[in-house]
Amino acid sequence: MSENKQNSAPKSYLEETGGRKGIFKWILSTDHKRIGLLYLYSIMAWFFIGVTLGVLMKLELIAPGKTIMGAQSYNATFTVHGVIMIFLVVIPGLPAVFGNFMLPIQIGAKDVAFPKLNLLSWYIYIAGSILVVSSLFAGGGPPDTGWTFYAPYSFKTGTNMLPAVLGAFVLGFSSILTGLNFIVTTHRLRAPGMSWMKLPVFPWAIYGTAWIQLLATPIVGITLLMVLGERIFNIGFFDPAKGGDPILFQHLFWIYSHPAVYIMILPAMGAISEIIPTFSKKTIFGYRFIVFSTLAIAFVGYFVWGHHMFTSGMSGTALFTFSILTFIVAIPSAIKVFNWVATMHQGSISTDVPFLWAASFIFVFLVGGLTGLVLGALATNVHLHDTAFVVGHFHFIVFGGTGFAFFGALHYWFPKIYGKMYDRSWAKTGWAIFFVGYIALYMPMFFLGVMGMPRRYFDYLPEYHGPNIISSLGALVMVTGFVIMVINLFRAVKTGEKAPQNPWGGTNLEWQISSPPTLENFDEIPTIDKATYKYD
Amino acid sequence: MYDISPQDASNFVAGVDLAFMIILIVSVFFLVAITAVMIYFIRRYKKEKHPKAIQNEGSVKLELLWTFIPLALVLVMFYFGWMGWKPMKNPPEEAMEVTAIARMWNFRFEYENGKLTDSLYVPVNQPVVLNLRALDVLHSLYIPAFRVKEDMVPGNLKKMWFIPGQVGSYDIFCTEYCGLEHSYMYTGVRVMPEEEFEQWLKDTTAVAATTDASATPADQGFDVLTRNGCNACHSSDGSRLVGPSYLGHWGTMREVTVDGEKTEVMVDEEYIRTSIYDPNAAIVDGFNKGLMLSYEGLVTEEEIELIIAYIKSINE
Ligand code: HEC
Ligand code: HEM
Ligand SMILES: [Cu+2]
Ligand SMILES: [Cu+2]
Repeated sequence: MSENKQNSAPKSYLEETGGRKGIFKWILSTDHKRIGLLYLYSIMAWFFIGVTLGVLMKLELIAPGKTIMGAQSYNATFTVHGVIMIFLVVIPGLPAVFGNFMLPIQIGAKDVAFPKLNLLSWYIYIAGSILVVSSLFAGGGPPDTGWTFYAPYSFKTGTNMLPAVLGAFVLGFSSILTGLNFIVTTHRLRAPGMSWMKLPVFPWAIYGTAWIQLLATPIVGITLLMVLGERIFNIGFFDPAKGGDPILFQHLFWIYSHPAVYIMILPAMGAISEIIPTFSKKTIFGYRFIVFSTLAIAFVGYFVWGHHMFTSGMSGTALFTFSILTFIVAIPSAIKVFNWVATMHQGSISTDVPFLWAASFIFVFLVGGLTGLVLGALATNVHLHDTAFVVGHFHFIVFGGTGFAFFGALHYWFPKIYGKMYDRSWAKTGWAIFFVGYIALYMPMFFLGVMGMPRRYFDYLPEYHGPNIISSLGALVMVTGFVIMVINLFRAVKTGEKAPQNPWGGTNLEWQISSPPTLENFDEIPTIDKATYKYD
Repeated sequence: MYDISPQDASNFVAGVDLAFMIILIVSVFFLVAITAVMIYFIRRYKKEKHPKAIQNEGSVKLELLWTFIPLALVLVMFYFGWMGWKPMKNPPEEAMEVTAIARMWNFRFEYENGKLTDSLYVPVNQPVVLNLRALDVLHSLYIPAFRVKEDMVPGNLKKMWFIPGQVGSYDIFCTEYCGLEHSYMYTGVRVMPEEEFEQWLKDTTAVAATTDASATPADQGFDVLTRNGCNACHSSDGSRLVGPSYLGHWGTMREVTVDGEKTEVMVDEEYIRTSIYDPNAAIVDGFNKGLMLSYEGLVTEEEIELIIAYIKSINE
């Protein structure tokens, strides 16, 4: 590896400005690394807003009755929180940030296949986000339908639905184009010798995800257009008064939105599959099975959308099928968990910051997955559907899963991205506080759900008070940990020590180039002769 | 731990809770076992203790083991989930029928003899079928103690059923988000001994008599508004809710849209009457169509007189 060290050190991508100044060196650059960071900063900004809204809701729910806001504001808050978190944060999330940054590097390419399209996708993302946010300020007030936009309420409400729906529609294009770009990149730009079975797991996951983005997103696009048609022209697809069917909307919505959950989680699993081998100094256990299970999830994930609608009135046969497929799609995830733990067996483990995030990911992901089994079974679903239990479950998956993996990946690749190292003991403190707060925030929701507290409730009966207090306090603790983490990273960008080329002893291509990488990543496209994650 | 109601609160509790317990036990076992093994590995194979990793590419045997054991377990879970759910779909023939009507934001229950109530009364140990009707948007009728829930879909008549097993009172919630007052859309189910229920059902006068006939017409009018849930959307103090306030418009000209065209109408007796029986005929500027539904058949002509008396009284 050491012969890769450059003595005449060419400029890093951060110094290479292409003659542009100030903000233009970012927003006009087609370098996949700069675009990755553009996404990182925009997504982080939305995430801060989303978290703030989440905390406001938890403050409202700290006691029965009105505490800090009225019902209308609360309804708008959970809607905007959900829309921001889903469409602006976790769906683009790992693919747009780390996929962009790392996919070309990990497959030994200089950039993605279509760099200009890549930049265009970011502009579309920003345009979509601006549309979504404009709904807060213009017209009849922020939307109050929930992020699911269920008909017929979504076209009866007087609030400002149109821009939110239109925004989600535009965002879909960003997702589709990014997916397309990554698929072509993975097919065409792999370095010589990098056969499919030598591809690290993260690019595999990004590749599988890209197919879902490409194939599932158009469905939600059409559905959202139908809502627009409904609101502007009163067509009546979903309006029972005009012979339409509100349940049709739910089908169309979930046909996309369930696979979208896998858009969120597959790249997260990919990132975890990078971190665990690196910190165990061991090749990943069952590489083929991990890759195969990624593809299995991407495939079977298309056929389980009905489990969001067990109480909507589908036929018994449909319920039977959706329930059993839901259980089956759990198996590939279980396989991954077993393989990750087996990778640690007889390793030589350093419990550094990214590893702590990865190990805690396994725990929270297990909780999310196992509670998913409770919701997948018909009898228990009927009881728990649309209660706080569901809120706990999906936060454990999308926030526990994707969020923890995102923070793990951020700490893992940070030294590569910025060429700087953060303060590790502060990072560990932040993680520990975050983890404790996280558990306190979401665990009580399972109890509330079992006790029967419905979701999207601005107010609740006094019998639900106890667990809600713990949950609200947990949110405050968690945010404290989060703030510590963010400040620590910001400080590192400014004043961190210089990071070496391979601080963690990783084996994949990104660790064989300088930190931060040069504009073209590799002086010379490498030839790959070894399998991935080789430690001997 | 799972004690929000007696095990026989309804005929479904046992099946649902059995499925829940089976999944819970298997899940807790795997959660604890996997976490414990992981923590053990992390401590046992710490870099300091175990400086050289022993490489191992995988094992097909293990992979098959941890594919098929979980597969068998989830199929067991599926089976119990299915068995607990199946009876919910098949109401018995001889069940008593009650129509449950949901609108923003209250439930009403209509009995076969025409009796109309805002909470549900049922006899113990008797199968009850609820015919579910939603008038405006989606709602969902949920009785946690009975472990039953079914969405109420406008334009789609659905059913749910149960046999209450214990005399007592339990919560009913709306669990499908339905707008502003969704979290206040709850009521109760009262399970009564058989004879007491028969007595109660026969007494159809009890409901009509809720208004105190000796009160002033204005006070009676307010009572009508409260009973019909109008105040969820209309305020008496001038503040804007989902609909306009009762205060400040009486006797003024109002800008409305009729058949897509803007006009002005005088707020008088006739206007109030059509606003209640045919609310979407004239839409007040700045408010949305389709939110208020017709109260024809629910609010009588006499009651409208009382409402008008109330609106006049606060605008004096
Ligand atoms: C779900 C909310 C909702 C409920 C419940 C509701 N309304 Fe309305 N109401 C509205 C809305 C929205 C408007 C304005 C749009 C329109 O003109 O139809 C309105 C308009 C009216 C108007 C015309 C007011 C004006 O200032 O011009 C009257 C009178 C009225 N409602 C009476 C009632 C009465 C009486 C009830 C109960 C029996 C009731 N409403 C229940 C939402 C509601
Ligand atoms: C500080 C962190 C967070 C807090 C305190 C928080 C809290 C909440 C609360 C209280 C609700 C309302 C639950 C209900 O009654 O339906 C909610 C809904 C939701 N949250 Fe979060 N959340 C946080 C982070 C996240 C993250 C990271 C995501 C996504 C990755 C997310 C996605 C959602 C979604 C999709 C909804 C549903 C919105 C809807 O019902 O339409 N949340 N959250
Ligand atoms: Cu409702
Ligand atoms: Cu509701």
